[in-house]
Amino acid sequence: MTVTLSVNGKTHRVEADPETPLLYVLRDDLQLNGAKYGCGIGQCGSCTVMVDGEAVLSCVTPLLLLEGRKVTTVEGLGTLENPGPMQRAFIEEQAAQCGYCIPGMMMRAQALLQADPAAGEAAVRAQLEPNLCRCGTHMRIVKAVMRAGELMRQNSRSGGAT
Amino acid sequence: MRPLRLLAVLALVLVLGGAAFLAYAWRSEIDPADPPAPASLDPALAARGSELAAIGNCNVCHTAPNGEPFAGGLGIPTPFGTIYSTNITPDPETGIGRWSEAAFIRSMREGVDREGRHLYPAFPYDHFTLVTDEDNRALYAFLMTRRAVAATPTANELSFPFNVRLLLAGWKALFFKEGAFRPDPGRPAEWNRGRYLAEGLSHCGACHTPRNRFGAEEATQHFSGAEVENWTAYAINAASPAPVPWDAESLAAYLRHGWHERHGVSRGPMAPVTANLGSVPEADARAIAAYVAEIMGQPNQERRARGEAALAATRRDIEAPLAARAGATGNGIGAAIYASACEGCHSGRRPPPFGGLNLHLSTAVNGPNPQNIINVVLFGLPAAKGEPSAMMPAYRSVLNEDQLVALLEHMRERFSDRPAWTDTRERVAATIRGERRITVYRMDGTTQAPPESSMRTTP
Repeated sequence: MTVTLSVNGKTHRVEADPETPLLYVLRDDLQLNGAKYGCGIGQCGSCTVMVDGEAVLSCVTPLLLLEGRKVTTVEGLGTLENPGPMQRAFIEEQAAQCGYCIPGMMMRAQALLQADPAAGEAAVRAQLEPNLCRCGTHMRIVKAVMRAGELMRQNSRSGGAT
Repeated sequence: MRPLRLLAVLALVLVLGGAAFLAYAWRSEIDPADPPAPASLDPALAARGSELAAIGNCNVCHTAPNGEPFAGGLGIPTPFGTIYSTNITPDPETGIGRWSEAAFIRSMREGVDREGRHLYPAFPYDHFTLVTDEDNRALYAFLMTRRAVAATPTANELSFPFNVRLLLAGWKALFFKEGAFRPDPGRPAEWNRGRYLAEGLSHCGACHTPRNRFGAEEATQHFSGAEVENWTAYAINAASPAPVPWDAESLAAYLRHGWHERHGVSRGPMAPVTANLGSVPEADARAIAAYVAEIMGQPNQERRARGEAALAATRRDIEAPLAARAGATGNGIGAAIYASACEGCHSGRRPPPFGGLNLHLSTAVNGPNPQNIINVVLFGLPAAKGEPSAMMPAYRSVLNEDQLVALLEHMRERFSDRPAWTDTRERVAATIRGERRITVYRMDGTTQAPPESSMRTTP
């Protein structure tokens, strides 16, 4: 069947079984390869995207729950030429090692900072807990998220986007 | 003159009655003592106290979210207001550092603090009164060798007249029977041990026995299940809704490990209980299991048949090809959500605790209301810290009210032979809106976690 899906501000019409996990549609049909397939059972967080501003595990979220909802992936946070504050912060802190978990980390952190731009380190750590990183770059990831929060606060003071 | 005289007599009666009640309700202060030097306490006694504290789940209530163990401050919602647990570390100013052993034993036996004030029965002294002096001494030695934490818990939020502690003497007169446990010489030692622990320190009935409107356990409904903190504590007597009947063996394994292949994982407020029981002598967990299993009784023919049917249905699910099962039953959207979001883990192909339980075996789906499944679906089961555990992702960000109601109705219809729930929508709506506040427990449920983490998180 055809499902209408809003991803990163664009409306897509996808031909897929309604039970298909969102992750498969993003990667296979829309060529949005930012969200990663890690465990496939919602235990690692590498597939995290945002739905209506909240962090969601796309590998265990079927398409049929997403009619009329707004999906944001890491591609929606900025472009190569003009990275968003979350992406800039991760680049500036060099927070990726192998990088596989990073899009999921960014999206879960983005959901927190959009809801609470002043979130402190304890809140960041608690928020990121469901997301695993096997390289052990957690300290840099936390630093990057704290920096992203700073960038967003600067932006909002100068009237820019978060 | 006459009406005046009547008034005087009435006033006299009131004053005398009040004085009599005061005399009855009054408890004297036990003199403050200096905290005992840790070296003066027998380490073996303190070690035994550590096990007893685990059996009594002291840490569960006496630790605030993100707080120091035993430093108190957890808000306990009651129909009368919120009561905050006290600091039971040996801090002399804010904890129980000035409590002598006698004062500690009196608090456990009589529900009175060192200063002589009646304690609220949120502190389950209706159970702790059974604890022997010997065990209380061990608990005292354990608590007095903890690190002293200076922390003053939030003041209780109770309205008049519930904020008048003296009135608790009346509550006690009606509902509290003081006295240490007396074993039944006609019963085996293990049964007596199990009864002593389950009815005393473990205070199983505090959650699993319904309470009357005065907040006292209904003696006639021992272990028949209740709702606590918006989690359902199932009946653990003959009315247990578990599809496969429990026995002493399965119950002992569950209490000790926090899961059982035919029953699933312990979660919600039971998670810290099984986590604690994992650290106590196996014989104690077994004794509790044997006692509770006896109260549940031997399953009758009908219950045995239901258990066999649940196991057979589970086997059929495991053997059926996946494609044939997806959307095999009616109830459109609910079945579709189940097949696409739940069944991947809950098919039963991968056994618990790391695979999801096949819901034919689920006590929750066969329970008196859908609250526990609502809680688990919306808020998930956060993994334990630093050790392998069961976990489940939370679905609160994607499931709306209609979808969750449809899913629950499908689960009940497909996995239980009991009648449909009648309050599903109301509970789902209230939980999603936050009117029913749900405390989410980690799978380990312990207070051993580093301070920045939360043993309990309230979404």
